Amino acid sequence: MLMKAEKKSEPASAENDMPVLTLNGVTKTFPGVTALSEVSLELFPGKVTALVGENGAGKSTVVKILTGIYQPNGGQIEIDGSPIRFPTAQDAGDAGVTAIHQETVLFDELSVAENVFLGHAPRGRFGLIDTSVMMDRAREILEGIGANIEPRTKLKDLGIANKHLVAIARALSIDARVVIMDEPTAALSQKEIEELYELVEELKTQGKAILFISHKFDEIFRIADSYTVFRDGALVGNGAIADVTEAELVKMMVGREVSQIFPNREHNTGDEILVVEGYEHPTEFADISFTLRRGEILGFYGLVGAGRSEFMQSLFGITRPSAGEVTIDGEREIIRSPADAVGKGIVYVPEDRGRQGAIAALPIFQNVTLPSLGRTSKNGFLKLAEEFKLAREYTERLDLRAASLDTDVGNLSGGNQQKVVIAKWLATQPKVIILDEPTKGIDIGSKAAVHEFMAELAAEGLAVIMVSSEIPEVLGMSDRVIVMREGRIAAELSGDDMAPETLVRHAAGI
Amino acid sequence: MPKQILMSREVLLTGAIALLLAIIATRFPAFITPSNLANVFNDTAPLILLAIGQMIVILTRCIDLSVAANLALTGMVVSMINVAMPGLPVPIIILVAVGFGALLGMVNGILVWKLEIPPIVVTLGTMTIFRGTIFLLSEGKWINAHEFSDPFKAFPRAELLGLPLMSWIAIAAVIFFSIVMSRTTLGRAFYAAGGNPHAATYAGIDVGRTQFWAFTISGALAGLTGYLWVSRFAVAFVDLAGGFELSVVAACVIGGVAIMGGIGTVVGAMLGALFLGIISNALPVVNISPFWQLAISGGAIIIAVALNAQANREKGRIILKRAEHAT
Repeated sequence: MLMKAEKKSEPASAENDMPVLTLNGVTKTFPGVTALSEVSLELFPGKVTALVGENGAGKSTVVKILTGIYQPNGGQIEIDGSPIRFPTAQDAGDAGVTAIHQETVLFDELSVAENVFLGHAPRGRFGLIDTSVMMDRAREILEGIGANIEPRTKLKDLGIANKHLVAIARALSIDARVVIMDEPTAALSQKEIEELYELVEELKTQGKAILFISHKFDEIFRIADSYTVFRDGALVGNGAIADVTEAELVKMMVGREVSQIFPNREHNTGDEILVVEGYEHPTEFADISFTLRRGEILGFYGLVGAGRSEFMQSLFGITRPSAGEVTIDGEREIIRSPADAVGKGIVYVPEDRGRQGAIAALPIFQNVTLPSLGRTSKNGFLKLAEEFKLAREYTERLDLRAASLDTDVGNLSGGNQQKVVIAKWLATQPKVIILDEPTKGIDIGSKAAVHEFMAELAAEGLAVIMVSSEIPEVLGMSDRVIVMREGRIAAELSGDDMAPETLVRHAAGI
Repeated sequence: MPKQILMSREVLLTGAIALLLAIIATRFPAFITPSNLANVFNDTAPLILLAIGQMIVILTRCIDLSVAANLALTGMVVSMINVAMPGLPVPIIILVAVGFGALLGMVNGILVWKLEIPPIVVTLGTMTIFRGTIFLLSEGKWINAHEFSDPFKAFPRAELLGLPLMSWIAIAAVIFFSIVMSRTTLGRAFYAAGGNPHAATYAGIDVGRTQFWAFTISGALAGLTGYLWVSRFAVAFVDLAGGFELSVVAACVIGGVAIMGGIGTVVGAMLGALFLGIISNALPVVNISPFWQLAISGGAIIIAVALNAQANREKGRIILKRAEHAT
């Protein structure tokens, strides 16, 4: 797939053929996971390089390496051709690399000028911060980028677009040579996006090298000069944007064998178990309607922030929808709270299992029985023997190996903690199980086990909703796929329509 | 595993108490006679009762700074009832004290649950309000020994099997709440809500309501202690038990209750209270200046917190490993 690799020097024109920043065969591994495998990247002054890839392709890992938050395990970073290391974020800033994040990492309670100059404020006598110089310079920089913002304003009083401008002003104030923009337009309106494009042009004329991370193909083709595509932590292609088409980019992003690692499933689905009609929330999602059958795995695909988790949390009773109806097993129901949802047969295994899944300070059996205490207690008194029985039944079913059910969950390995969380939900004997990113951040072997297990659950007649941002997983596991975009259902796909390109097109709105 | 850690922490604390007693005995052997130890226990009973309530509140990631003010206000209310209606039987007085204290605790609980105000702010506010209310009720006047009815004063001193009822009430509370914490769904909810509020929510536990019940229990125990305090010392006034809330929090911390919530036991809170009780009773008799008394209490708190932090840090490492994993 390295079909464009030979063209990688092309974006460099005659007057600036020396990259300001180079990644040379950089590798980053975490225990059990390779996040980046020998990737290379070149950024040229006055040029915009678009970094493209699926969720989990390694884009944010690159950003974290370039800004000194992660240290690479192999390869090297070069500035102006000489190797450099960024042990801390400060070192990256000193070398002239700055990042503007999707969610701005600024300080709401400080003024605009303080945000711009935090950490490198102009000093006056006795080493004190020279406020008036700071205000003047902040105003100067802001005017330079066409931002009409009073530097004394507190940051929290600004809108999201102006916060981005402050972040950009901050980048300019430290005289950055490399500006990384991580999905900068994700939260902006069309008008604000246009203004951002103008600003990017302005930064280009100032000779900054820009790394532009985006899911939106229209803007990639509009402002980027060159592209780099990552897939599964590896470089799959790069070159000049003029030499590539949208379809080719999509193919590079997703192209791979899909079927091999997934269990073969018989798509035997039963009666309708869950019907959702017109679910709405004032700010997060609108007009969500679908049906789910026994024994079915329904995939929910979308970009991060498409409103999938928000909708699932609402279906599970954590937030209340403003409109919409749910029918479970033929009965019209109103879900008032998570306890209510569990009682009615819907369980939700959240994405952030560390934070939302297990209770580290409680033993295994207490974690497993927590949502089922209604069945293992009488008049508010716990029946310990029944708790142990229930916990033993479901941990054995998941093949959880631990010395004793009395073992604290905090002392288990990550994989075993996951098993405790799943055992906990299965013990409630649900009708519908919602799995939010069930394999995020776990190694290939564990992924296969989770997939196998999902197939088993479906075969037993449980209806499974799987929220996933990994295309192979969505396509390999699901009977049907719902694609969400900006809080709405963009498409419902089944059969031959379930192709990687189709998913990406619907999710990105192209 | 946490059971073992907790057990060892409690064993450790029991060891520390034994060591403390041994050191005191070298200077003042009479201190460790059974009758004196019984006196010390009886003296510490109010601290034990309040520490049990505070332990439950801290378990749910809250704090109750209003316990001493609640104690004083409930104490004043039952004292005034006793003055107005000397014939009212003591069991009714106790019910009123528990109920009124619980009501004050519910005020804290409602503010934390429904308005989501940080507990430290809520209870700092209600602490001041409760003290102010005592002033309004009593017009700043004391209620003195001669104004109370005799049964009212006699109750906590009455002896059963050689121990005053005051001590028996503390022992009963320790047993009762040990059962509540380990054998009821409510007790489990306290641990779950404090151990990981997000996970508890997903498991169908209403964290806010759980915190409400923690404050209610803390208030009820403070109310009960309010009656016991005014009847034992036969006096009620605005500044009764002023600053005592800090000793209560200290007892919990020494007793191994994690200030970040989720970890702690009733027995631990009791041992923490006893540790402080022994120091405050023993140091004066062995001629140690009040300054050292405070310094020793303070040192015990810091050592206890350091040990807790150590235990929690090990947990943190596991979580960090997972977090890194997930990226």
